Amino acid sequence: MADTLEIRNLHARTEEREILKGVNLTIRKGEVHALMGPNGAGKSTLAYVLMGHPAYEVTEGEVFLNGTNILELEPEERAHAGLFLAFQYPVAVPGVTIANFLRAALNAKRQAQGLEEISILEFRKLLMDKMRLLKMDPAFAGRYVNDGFSGGEKKKAEILQMAVLEPEFAVLDETDSGLDIDALRIVAEGINALRGPERGFLIITHYKRILDYVRPDFVHVMVDGRIAASGGPELADQLEAKGYEGLLQAVAQ
Amino acid sequence: MTQNSPVVTRRVRTRRKEVRLPFTREQVRLTEHPGIRAFRTKAWETYEVIPMPTTQDEAWRRTDIRGLPAESFRLPEEVVGLTGPEAPAHLKESPLGEELAGQLVLSLEEPVVARLDAALAEQGVIFTDLRTAEREYPDLLARLMGQVVKPVEGKFAALAQAMARGGALVYIPQGVHLDRALHVLLWGPVGRLAYFDHLILWLEAGAKATVVVEWASPDEPEEAMHVGAVELHVGEDADLTFVELQSWGTHMWNFTHERARVGRNARLNWILGAVGSKLTKSFMDIDLVEPGAEGYMSGFYFADDHQHMDHDTQQNHLAPHTTSDLLFKGAVKDAARSVWQGLIYVAPGAQGTDGYQANRNLVLNSGARADSIPGLEIMANQVRCTHGATVSRMDEEQIFYLRTRGLPRKEAERLLIEGFFAEILDRIPFEKIRERFRAGIDRKMGYGG
Repeated sequence: MADTLEIRNLHARTEEREILKGVNLTIRKGEVHALMGPNGAGKSTLAYVLMGHPAYEVTEGEVFLNGTNILELEPEERAHAGLFLAFQYPVAVPGVTIANFLRAALNAKRQAQGLEEISILEFRKLLMDKMRLLKMDPAFAGRYVNDGFSGGEKKKAEILQMAVLEPEFAVLDETDSGLDIDALRIVAEGINALRGPERGFLIITHYKRILDYVRPDFVHVMVDGRIAASGGPELADQLEAKGYEGLLQAVAQ
Repeated sequence: MTQNSPVVTRRVRTRRKEVRLPFTREQVRLTEHPGIRAFRTKAWETYEVIPMPTTQDEAWRRTDIRGLPAESFRLPEEVVGLTGPEAPAHLKESPLGEELAGQLVLSLEEPVVARLDAALAEQGVIFTDLRTAEREYPDLLARLMGQVVKPVEGKFAALAQAMARGGALVYIPQGVHLDRALHVLLWGPVGRLAYFDHLILWLEAGAKATVVVEWASPDEPEEAMHVGAVELHVGEDADLTFVELQSWGTHMWNFTHERARVGRNARLNWILGAVGSKLTKSFMDIDLVEPGAEGYMSGFYFADDHQHMDHDTQQNHLAPHTTSDLLFKGAVKDAARSVWQGLIYVAPGAQGTDGYQANRNLVLNSGARADSIPGLEIMANQVRCTHGATVSRMDEEQIFYLRTRGLPRKEAERLLIEGFFAEILDRIPFEKIRERFRAGIDRKMGYGG
């Protein structure tokens, strides 16, 4: 189906054990879904599997992006198809500036789409526009990717990358973790600025905190490799009040 | 002029010769000048006495030259009617993207281009090829040659100095400052030849210059050999930036002995970029001979296919209150191998020494190998010397991260390599040189011509 990211009965494992045990989830463009759940439930694994991390093997199920099964695609092809992952722990790339990195990434995508390379001047303008949108210091673009960044800077850099690459679906893996309240607000404002009918979000989080700033349309709770409960934003409130145990008991009844 | 200073030489042992070069005493170019004649005769005699290095010698332990097709090499003048391809235009352009103070392009030992600003010539600056120097400045040449690199340092040091045909003399008189750079291109266009050159860069007290030396050739089907001696003298309060780019074709066996002597309160910034040759063994040493001398070395090497590159550095603190800082970064790919061995030597009495060395290597695939051997030899007690060496592989998590942003693996690897070398590129003060380095990286990573 067009304009959807559809996860069907997804099973995935590492060499040691099965982690995803049949995940079903459909996200439409324009929607914001929150995925919550206790440690070890498989949330980050789901994010990695969607993006094609080589450490995980998919044993069953499909993932359709606008009707195409992306599980056969390389990570870069998934990116070209419009998928983006904001990493929980973005790795440093010393010696490569954010600007050079993003220009290379954007050009790789444009090449895959049969478009011409963006000129340096055009790119600079695009980057500056996005940085203004996210209220970021232009000097940030000259720094080496994630090299010596604080936790907040890393997460801001992820949001900037998302803004430049303009994915159709973005998975944000604990983008709120390790942020103080000011950094959290800045990151959340960035997400809100990119929110719109042309984009769907899957926000993976432990805490309700970020959902106070980025109001989700749907909330899902993942336990032991499956979606155990789904609902509206009120589910996050219940979770906050009862904890995972309490919520799941309530759902079971 | 500084008096002869103590020099750290490498131990040489006697051993059965495995590699036999076809050159004879009669081929030494003695010239009319008694000083040059005496020097080259002595160099030849030294060459004859020193055995050909083998892997039994510590400095050559990781570089085996038994495959050198020694018998087949000829001198350029032995080949009648010899011509080769001209140096490509982009190499003859200013490597700095700006006007040069002078340029020498040497091909088959003859200068194709030789020019120097008239104003500098009037101030006594000498910038000329070796043969012209022999004719026009024989006294000076005789006085300077062998002052920094001694023939006894090694078989190839002696050979280069005895047999030198190419090369250059760069002499900057006392107090003369060059605000633009000098460029020397040594172009060795033909296979099966032996190229011998002797370069002398001599800065008198208070002089200042930037000199860029490039060694280059096309790839040839038949193997060839280059043997070079490079002598750098940085007089009291003088300031030399020396950039050398080695992009020999992959048929070239490359042996060099390079040494700098840095005087009181003088400063040397030495930058190496090496992407070429079949096999390289380069000795690159800095002697800090008087208080206040500073020596900085930055090196970049990238070997692929079956290339073998061995860079052997020494930072010799021979006087108190001297400073050295070395950073060499290398990458190896395919079946290539690199060796870096470096020593910080602090002589007895050289108190207040500040020495640093670091070597970082990136191994791109399992068939490639990088050896990194740092060393300290400290004979004084008030010193600060630190070193570090690493050999690492490409990080799959970094590659995955870049791929999730849409970069294909190959492009991701190229970007990571460029990032890895950025620290060295950042030390190069000329954008055009950085571009040449980057182009070298791109070629090795399968991009561009």
